[in-house]
Amino acid sequence: MPDTSLPSSIDDTLARLAALDYVADRQLATSVFLALKLQRPLFLEGEPGTGKTEIARTLATMLDRPLIRLPCYEGLDLAGAAYEWNYGRQMLEIRLAERDAASAGVGGDGSTRRDSLAAELFSERFLTKRALLQAIDPANSVPPVLLIDELDRADEPFEAFLLEVLSDFQITIPELGTVKATQPPIVILTSNRTREIHDAVKRRCLYHWVGFPDAQRELDILRRRVPGASAELSRQVVAFVQRLRALELYKLPGIAETIDWTRALMALDAVVLDPALVQHTLGLLLKYQDDILRVQGDPPGSEAARLLQQAQADARGLAG
Amino acid sequence: MPVAPAPAAPGHLAENVVHFARLLRGAGLAVGPDRVHTALAALQVAGLHSRQDFHAVLGACLIDRVEHRVLFDQAFLLFWREPEPVANLLTGLPLNTDLTDPARPPRAENRRLTDALLPPAAVQPLADADLDPGEPAQVDGGWADGDALRQADFDTMTADEWRAAQRLLLQLRGLFERLPTRRSRPAARPGVPDWRATLRQMARHGGELHGLSWLKPRDKPAPLVVLADISGSMSRYSRMLLHFAHALGQGQGQGQAAGRVESFVFGIRLTRITRLLKHRDPDLAMGQVVRAVADWSGGTRITTSLHDFNQRWARRVLSSQATVLLISDGLEHGDTTALAFEMERLHKSCRRLIWLNPLLRFAQFEPRAGGIKAMLPHVDHFLPAHNLHSLADLVQVLGGRGSSLTPHRH
Repeated sequence: MPDTSLPSSIDDTLARLAALDYVADRQLATSVFLALKLQRPLFLEGEPGTGKTEIARTLATMLDRPLIRLPCYEGLDLAGAAYEWNYGRQMLEIRLAERDAASAGVGGDGSTRRDSLAAELFSERFLTKRALLQAIDPANSVPPVLLIDELDRADEPFEAFLLEVLSDFQITIPELGTVKATQPPIVILTSNRTREIHDAVKRRCLYHWVGFPDAQRELDILRRRVPGASAELSRQVVAFVQRLRALELYKLPGIAETIDWTRALMALDAVVLDPALVQHTLGLLLKYQDDILRVQGDPPGSEAARLLQQAQADARGLAG
Repeated sequence: MPVAPAPAAPGHLAENVVHFARLLRGAGLAVGPDRVHTALAALQVAGLHSRQDFHAVLGACLIDRVEHRVLFDQAFLLFWREPEPVANLLTGLPLNTDLTDPARPPRAENRRLTDALLPPAAVQPLADADLDPGEPAQVDGGWADGDALRQADFDTMTADEWRAAQRLLLQLRGLFERLPTRRSRPAARPGVPDWRATLRQMARHGGELHGLSWLKPRDKPAPLVVLADISGSMSRYSRMLLHFAHALGQGQGQGQAAGRVESFVFGIRLTRITRLLKHRDPDLAMGQVVRAVADWSGGTRITTSLHDFNQRWARRVLSSQATVLLISDGLEHGDTTALAFEMERLHKSCRRLIWLNPLLRFAQFEPRAGGIKAMLPHVDHFLPAHNLHSLADLVQVLGGRGSSLTPHRH
């Protein structure tokens, strides 16, 4: 029976994350541990593809909690994030009530009928709960993990609303009342930094910047996520990607790209890297044509071959 | 490297954390009491087993921006030292004695951190000979030799100038396009029905439909990014441009007419000055900018600066709705293909690109300068304005044509 209680120390956090194939550095494990212990939201910022969303999934598995995901986009409002009334059913309810009243005769006090209708219409039956309300629902048996993904894509009015929710973990529905969480959920916010998040939200959270891993850690991640790849291929792939990250590219490849590339190379039955292979599969690592041209070099292939040579030399120094 | 941060009485750790937070505040990080409280609460659950963990815990609680990491690490190294100097701290010896310890020379590369650590009287102005030419005096590195460095000396703004500037900027509404957002607000005219409001009406009236409520999309002003050239050839406009950027940034408070403004200046390199201009007092803001920017009236490197903007800032401050206002004379020497490339990229990242060139005489002209020829095709609106004497002229150029600054491509 796996242990689903909160981790007892930073080392414990590291070990339990590693057991689920998430290789975190000590700083991230510290932030995660503090967020869990102090019951504060965790705000993860970093380049795309560095494992910010993955940590939320891993935490949910580790603590055996449901994962509630709220993907953010511009114009995300109360209806999309918290709750919405089911208008169709409410209309139907009104029609049914009318028909019942007509068939029962014209008797009865009009105002009590109106009041009971109002109470009926805006009851929990007709409330569609979305991510935020689901996360703070007092009927939850265990507090879930709430992942608010890519908060930088939402706009400022949403941030203001989110701040209120994160402060007290309660939402006030005018027609119904206040819904308050009995136990606060574990909240993780991620951002790709395409926009500066307001200071007030950051102050409420523990902040951590998720950077690119160093060679040894990336190799460890690769070995766990793509266990079928040969040791030599893994080492060369990691060394090559580390070299790429030292260049001035428009978008640096993340860990997700490394993993995808390795899987693609395996599908092409590669055991080691060679210049032609790198040339053909650069599109998996780099997502901008300017970057691809830059790495290919002039004449095409020369720069990539040079980087590959250096990477192969580095790869010999990597352990595992 | 395990070290006990509080060797003597247990109470001193909390005080030292508070002092550390004050040090960070003095160096420019906004560390409020709430963060210190969080740090102290966190230390009760973790971080007291090793120096690395202690560093990690304080880092998780006290900083909220990745750029502050470097400063934080340096400050941590200087403040939380080996037990001996820490014992001195606890017994109340002044901090100076630690830093002049010859066995461990301070490596505070950041000037603000040095200022925050040492009381003002103890700061010795570093003579030029003391500065190792290989090491930058500030965290951001130096640049090529031969580029002249001059400190800017701006006259303070008078109250009349300030009021006049505020009035003038009211004319600049045209700069901020009103664009629809994805949010709605109540409307009188039929369009998209507002079901929630309609049903509440119906509930109030016992199920009778009195009329539908309607919605229409909200609009808000598009954000503006100002890229101002402060190199030698544009030096006489520097003061005016800075006041302009400052006044624009302050205009946000006046209703919903002005949008978000981001300001950058460039000469040899690009510096973001939005946060520095947040002070309401223009002289304070100007002072901050003067301290932060060091390449006044130097050479012009438009290509490098635009490249820097495209690489580092474009994705963060530009959106598909942003307007970019580039104020430069366009006199770039050397190869202009790179300049054309960067301009094209800038053009494709924003909604419209306005180029205000204050050094050209005529609107109709044959561009001979290579830089101008390279930049012109990628600009939506080209505003030449010769001899801008004052903010009034600048506003005249931008605002007078405000209604005609509609986004159309050449």
